[in-house]
Parts: sequence; structure tokens; C-alpha cells
Amino acid sequence: MSYRGMIAEMVSFKAHNGDTGEAYYARPSGAGPFPGVVLIHHMPGWDDWCMEATRKLAHFGFATIAPHLYFRHGPGTPDDLAAKARTAGGVADDQVVGDVAGCMAFLREQAEANGKVGVIGFCSGGRHTFLAACRLEGVDAAVDCWGGNVVVDDPSQLTPQRPVAPIDLTGKLQAPLLGLFGNDDKNPSPAHVDKLEETLKSLGKSYEFHRYDGAGHGFFAADRPGYRPEQAKDGWQKVISFFHKHLD
Amino acid sequence: MCSYITETAAIVGSAKGPDGWVNVTSANVYFDHPYHAPLDHALSIDFMSPDSSQRVAVELSAESARALVARILSALETGEAEHA
Repeated sequence: MSYRGMIAEMVSFKAHNGDTGEAYYARPSGAGPFPGVVLIHHMPGWDDWCMEATRKLAHFGFATIAPHLYFRHGPGTPDDLAAKARTAGGVADDQVVGDVAGCMAFLREQAEANGKVGVIGFCSGGRHTFLAACRLEGVDAAVDCWGGNVVVDDPSQLTPQRPVAPIDLTGKLQAPLLGLFGNDDKNPSPAHVDKLEETLKSLGKSYEFHRYDGAGHGFFAADRPGYRPEQAKDGWQKVISFFHKHLD
Repeated sequence: MCSYITETAAIVGSAKGPDGWVNVTSANVYFDHPYHAPLDHALSIDFMSPDSSQRVAVELSAESARALVARILSALETGEAEHA
């Protein structure tokens, strides 16, 4: 079922450390109840594609909130704030997890909410999604789209801001996990995905992985050469079905 | 994958942004997903003002970035010889 009418607007939410965060929130028009989704952008920032993806999920019936992870560096345009965040070494994992928790609370407070909340993220947002699903209570479904550095090959890559390899938290994962990956991707490589899948399997976690031939990293992005229409169409269908299965 | 790897160079000069000319004292260089260019990855350079409040940015394909490096070196070589 799709919803052609929707409301999309800027909202505030109570973020990590009690900060007031800004987010883009799109939901189907009508009283609901609608399941909620937190959508986490990739490192280049809170861009137009992130807004489009937020509206796409609303179109399919999910009240979706996309927090601006770099709002603390503002004011400024999203690309300028992304540059500032990059200069600062990126955002800390604790802060992102706190911001996701704030967005989950926002969703559950809305009159149109059904009380279920999923999390989805792309690229570094996929990694953040995995982290949030391992560290937060109340995540009902998680979708990791080609999150890199979930598996950390070189421990020297761990930093005070990103001190733990997410794969090491797999034992704490409580939500069912959907993972989408391109077999031509280098990070996560097929070997990284193998390692994550082995870990999930050995710990008895609920997961569903789909690996696409002929696709690399970020194959959903229609404005980039890496876009793969067939794989992207199938991938989006997997995302929508997975969220409906676990959040309706 | 989104990369956190950034090279920073101290520079001396000026750059022109939407609000006019500014002094720039550093350049952050990285190869990652761009914000605007229709590329999977781009060589990005952020020319930064001293207090990092202003940024003049470019996002270039890897191939054109390498060509630009060669042209910069070539221009420096011929220009410095001309003005020696």
C-alpha cells in the first residue's frame, strides 16, 4: 500500500545530551497509526537524496525522521556543516546513538504513531544503524545499507570518537537485521559481509542479507554513476517488505 | 564507504566565495562521496578561512584532479621561469 498524500516538514527533537536537534520528518497524511523509521544519512551529510529517501518511506506508510547529525556545527548549509564535521574527525558514536534515541522517542510521542520504530542508514549511516541496533533498547527492525567499517581490519582505525568495532557488539543486537550489499564494494567487501554474517549466525541473531552482483557501494543513488536500477528497485522492495513485516 | 581520511595543507592566499574574497590559510583535501558532483567519489578540496567560518569548495573527478595537479605544476614551472 502506498500513500500519495504526505506531510513533510522540519522538526526539532531532544537529541544527545539534551541538545535541541533538527530533523526532516515526513509522514503519510491521515490519522494513522503509522510505524516509525529513523533514517541516518551518510557522511557527506544531510543531502537532497536523504530527504528523497525519507519521503519514499513515508510514501510506503512509514512516519520517517531524518536527523541532521551535524546540526551542532551550525548554523550553515548542510554541506558546509558536513565539511566542519569532517575537519573535526567526524561525529562521535555516542553522540549519534544518542541522537537516534532522541528521534525514536520523538516518533513514539507522535499522535499518529503505532509504537513500532525501525532504523535505516546508508554507508556510514549503515554502520550507525548497526551500532544503534546493538546499543539501544526498543529498536524493532534495523536496515544496514552497505555500512562500511562495521568490521575493522586494522585496530589503529579505532579512535576516541569511534572506539569500538561495531561487529564486536553483535551479541547485544536485539532487533532483526536486514543487510543490503554490493558485491563490487570494497568497504564493506564481500569478505567483510561474510565475517559479519558468520558472527550473526554463530550468535543466533535474526538477520536477512542480500548481496547484489554488478553493484558496488551506494547503488541506490540515482544521480551517481554507481546507480544500478534493477538492484536498487529490488533493494527498496526488500526494505519496504522488511519494515512492514516487523513494524506494522 | 564514507572515509574520515582528510589531508590538510597550510596555504597562503585568497579565495573568492559567495560573499567575496577571503583570506585562506588551510586546505582540507579528501577523496569521498561528494555532496554535489554527480560522481560516486570525488577529490574534494575545502579552502578554509583562518577561523574556518568560510569555505570555498570544489569536488573533482579523480581523473580531472590528477590532470589539474599536473597543470598546476606545469604552470608553476613555466611561470616561475618567466618571472625569475
